[in-house]
Amino acid sequence: MTTYYTNEHEWISVDGDVGTVGITKFAAEKLGDVVFVELPDAGKQVKKEADMAVVESVKAASDVYAPVTGEVVESNSAIVDEPAKVNDDPEGAGWFVKIKLADKGQLSGLMDKAAYDAFCATQ
Amino acid sequence: MSEASNSPLMKTPLHAMHTRLGARMAEFGGYDMPIQYADGIMAEHNWTRTEAGLFDVSHMGPSFLALPQLGGKTSEERDEAHRKVSALVEKLVPSDIAGLAPGKVQLTVLLNEDGGIIDDLMIGRPPREDQQGGLYIVVNAGTKENDFALIAKAAAGEAELHRADDRALIAIQGPKAEDVIAGIFPEAVALTFMTFKQIKDTPYGNVVATRCGYTGEDGFEILVPAEHGEAFANRLLEDHRVKPIGLGARDSLRLEAGLCLYGHDLDTGKTPVMASLNWMISKPRRERGDFPGAQKILGQIKDGVASKRVGIRPLGRAPAREGTEVQSVDGQTIGVVTSGGFGPTVNGPVAQGYVQTAFAKAGTPLKLIVRGKALDAEVATLPFVPARYKR
Repeated sequence: MTTYYTNEHEWISVDGDVGTVGITKFAAEKLGDVVFVELPDAGKQVKKEADMAVVESVKAASDVYAPVTGEVVESNSAIVDEPAKVNDDPEGAGWFVKIKLADKGQLSGLMDKAAYDAFCATQ
Repeated sequence: MSEASNSPLMKTPLHAMHTRLGARMAEFGGYDMPIQYADGIMAEHNWTRTEAGLFDVSHMGPSFLALPQLGGKTSEERDEAHRKVSALVEKLVPSDIAGLAPGKVQLTVLLNEDGGIIDDLMIGRPPREDQQGGLYIVVNAGTKENDFALIAKAAAGEAELHRADDRALIAIQGPKAEDVIAGIFPEAVALTFMTFKQIKDTPYGNVVATRCGYTGEDGFEILVPAEHGEAFANRLLEDHRVKPIGLGARDSLRLEAGLCLYGHDLDTGKTPVMASLNWMISKPRRERGDFPGAQKILGQIKDGVASKRVGIRPLGRAPAREGTEVQSVDGQTIGVVTSGGFGPTVNGPVAQGYVQTAFAKAGTPLKLIVRGKALDAEVATLPFVPARYKR
């Protein structure tokens, strides 16, 4: 299982042709306390770099973008019911959706952990 | 604003302290201000509702308006001095400043000739006999240059406006605020809501303590000389009941308290009647009709307004932010959200906005257009969280 990162601070952890997607620890800390999450339903087609979900903190709303094109196969209702889970464990239990990748070739355009950490240091 | 947009941000006397405490800083009203500290907005909000929060509000505009000669030999002379200085500011506000009891503070609004709100502000009558003919005036940060110019102009030749916005203004808010302050300024404890006094020769110099705030909680705002600001703030923070609170939580606290934020809920396009602030328009002033925009405002009191400010409670979990369109249940556009977010104490989204008067009654169902979806909401009675002022 390999994890990739976007410059919009999403992560995608790929197992076979399904990727689990969430926002990074860096993003969760920047946002502050998450109070509301809106996720796409299973079956929804999402497009790389297009809005996929919404996450709201006390002070602001932010879009979450799809790191890859594909079909949503599962969304994490636990973070809808309890948005604070996104802050508690953003890169684990606070995952957003699972996407069936349309084109695994898109992953090569994303960052690995080392590249993402270096990117965050410039933010 | 007189400052160019690329001018460096101003700093309050507590700026270094915020940095040291690890605050996340951002621009507000031309100042570099703490938005939150390490605990985050939610924890800071809840701490203020249960313990005591320290807020740096030094960016605001405290000032003193004073006749050349203060006080007077007899009570008649002193009352006359108060009437005289009040008449100068009553040219700008619709409240009965002349009728304030000594030591009393009034929340009011500066009005333009159309009755539009230029700013909201606090005006206080000093309690001491030898300070009659003076007024304590506190305006908002982002509007203070214009406000001070207006007040100085209204008082020209009669009284002088002394700015005190180089000092530290520190708010301590929450159910433990009184006990905390009792250990530092015991004289302040006798103050009740919306009263103030000067306290001289404290370890932090001469201070002005006002029992007020903008969170819905009991508390104080203390004006201290800049050179004592950090020592006073540190003294407060040594108390385990006190934590520093940023502007993020200040906003969620004031929104739950149903209070207005200038530039969002209030602006020159709104009159006090539209803003549901009729209580600021005192009876003697209504009778005399001698404030800016009086004809329009008195007409609105008599005949009503097309739309007015109300509380709005989204019924789901999604917050409705400033600018959100408000619709009737049959899809007509009837208003707009002017402040909205998440209320940690309410544990749900809260908002306020302007709706057509036919839809302004508490309990009226509304729709909020959030990301293209019409979400259920209703008109709510303000405040969302009951005030706990010490009357």
